[in-house]
Amino acid sequence: MAMESTLVGTANPPSSAPLVEVEDLRLWYPIKRGLRSRVVGYVKAVDGVSFTIPRGKTLGLVGESGCGKTSVARALLYLVKPTGGRVRFDGIELGSLSPEALRRLRPRMQIIFQDPYSSLNPRRTVMEIVGEAMAFHKMWQGDALQERVLELLERVGLEPAHALRFPHEFSGGQRQRIGIARALAMNPALIVADEPVSALDVSIQSQILNLLLDLQSEYGVTYLFIAHGLHVVSHVSDIIGVMYLGKLVELAESDELYYHPAHPYTNALISAVPVPDPTVRRERIILEGDVPSPVNPPAGCRFQTRCPFATSRCRAEEPLLHDIGGGHLAACHLV
Amino acid sequence: MGTTVPPTKYNTRRQTSNGFSLFRRTALESDTEPGRMVLTKGTGLWVDSWHRLKKNRPAMAGLAFIIILVVVALTAPLLAPVSPYAQELDLRLAPPGTPRADGHGVYILGADHMGRDILSRIIYGSRISLAVGLVSEFIVSVIGITLGAIAGYYGGRVDNIIMRISDIMFAFPDLLFAIGIMFALGPSIFNVFIALGVVGWAGMARLVRSQVIALKEMDFVEAARAQGLSDWMIVTRHILPNCLGPIIVSISLGIPGAIMGEAGLSFLGLGAQPPLASWGSMIYDARPYFTTDPLFSVFPGIAIMLTVFAFNLFGDGLRDALDPRLKS
Repeated sequence: MAMESTLVGTANPPSSAPLVEVEDLRLWYPIKRGLRSRVVGYVKAVDGVSFTIPRGKTLGLVGESGCGKTSVARALLYLVKPTGGRVRFDGIELGSLSPEALRRLRPRMQIIFQDPYSSLNPRRTVMEIVGEAMAFHKMWQGDALQERVLELLERVGLEPAHALRFPHEFSGGQRQRIGIARALAMNPALIVADEPVSALDVSIQSQILNLLLDLQSEYGVTYLFIAHGLHVVSHVSDIIGVMYLGKLVELAESDELYYHPAHPYTNALISAVPVPDPTVRRERIILEGDVPSPVNPPAGCRFQTRCPFATSRCRAEEPLLHDIGGGHLAACHLV
Repeated sequence: MGTTVPPTKYNTRRQTSNGFSLFRRTALESDTEPGRMVLTKGTGLWVDSWHRLKKNRPAMAGLAFIIILVVVALTAPLLAPVSPYAQELDLRLAPPGTPRADGHGVYILGADHMGRDILSRIIYGSRISLAVGLVSEFIVSVIGITLGAIAGYYGGRVDNIIMRISDIMFAFPDLLFAIGIMFALGPSIFNVFIALGVVGWAGMARLVRSQVIALKEMDFVEAARAQGLSDWMIVTRHILPNCLGPIIVSISLGIPGAIMGEAGLSFLGLGAQPPLASWGSMIYDARPYFTTDPLFSVFPGIAIMLTVFAFNLFGDGLRDALDPRLKS
């Protein structure tokens, strides 16, 4: 049976309801001590994050290392069970599913990893890496499966003739393309891209980003795009969320956030975006100090220890994420 | 399906299949018509390791000795000058080179205290030693890999129970524990297999557990979970193949341990029972003659030593070859 254009899936029917709804997501890692593994505290990696991602759109998540971006990704996909909160995927409450039902749903939500070296099994060929899950879920089999894998490889810009090679025979950018082909294989509705370009050369980064954008317009995939720099995220995202210490501090449409940032932390991030024009003089906002420990986050606003504008109110009362106009959400007492 | 090939976009022809593959090619494989895309086969990590191993002379010497040993064990009836059980009681403890009374050549390595040819007994003894090494390491691997993988993958309470049991196993001196099992089961060579296998699994379980714990945090395992693969698939396809290197090394270094263990048990009279020829039991037999006829015990001792040495050389070479940090 010849399968013409097997890439076109039916997994993404148009609908007005958002594909992903995350409500008050919490992921606390217990800290255990002693012989009986007594829990002495929690690393509050994600502490009450809410957002929705409309179908076919991209939500970008930025924040510095250790702010909980990757934990959001893992909890959203239920790769770890969240400590609290709810995740609805296409109207399905993930927390209510049995392990078996969740496993059957997994093909529809995929992930691309940051490190193209550890994300591919070194003992398996590209053919096996990309095709395995499709065979396991009996989506494609036999010759059609092989066809499908080769088509996917070509689509992500790899030489199909290299399908029987092993991951260590490819460069970082090529390996990331293999990871994309794997994520794309089962026509997912959602792809979580966890810093997909951070480990790559700058010249390769834009190629991968453009590939991701092309795939979105072609298949209508929804992305949760995670990065630590705003310049990458603003290039691909429709909506941007800024995370600091396990919480969202600002959430707005991409352009709105970029040109009218409200939160002091977002301002600092934007000032760090390089401008490709040597004549432009801009004031860099250099944040003092380190991110506080997520075990004992500061009282009041979590950013108050580093915020140049912090007031006594910021030290006492935690600001909530509120609408500052036109759907632009920010968690700051000063806006 | 005749000679026509379905009109697919990629008419592929695959060279040999590699390892356990999902994609076993059947119809297309035999086709050699021009214009088809040939998928070039990659070189896997195993091939690389083999190339590294080939450059390691001591390891290859060890491997050569092991191969010779296997051949000797398989062809023992052809190689042995006489039956290992044939006695010439007049020639008990005959020194090497003594002509046989039945005219079948000489006692190359002498005769034992029952007038049996020591060379023939050493040749037949290689069967016992190899069998003990392989069978008991097989038992060790089956128990150790299964329990280690379960403990490492699921963690928590299961892990705790399995690992505490293995700690208890570690607390016993190996040989003493094996002796205890032998006493319970009765002396016989099959019970040696079981005793050494049951004693040795704890080390393998620990090794596999630590490997599994490290590997299950890897992104490719997370990717397999994100794709909705079953635990069985994840463990057998993604985790275990990646700890095969250390497992193979552990087996190849465990075999000499098992051979020594068998020799020890046989020396204590608990292993191979007379008249079965085993290197350990030969040394046991030679015990009263250490001072008067030292060669009687020296020859089986040399056999044990060379075998253990060869396995150790090969195992060390394997460890170096399979260690990815050395990969250039």
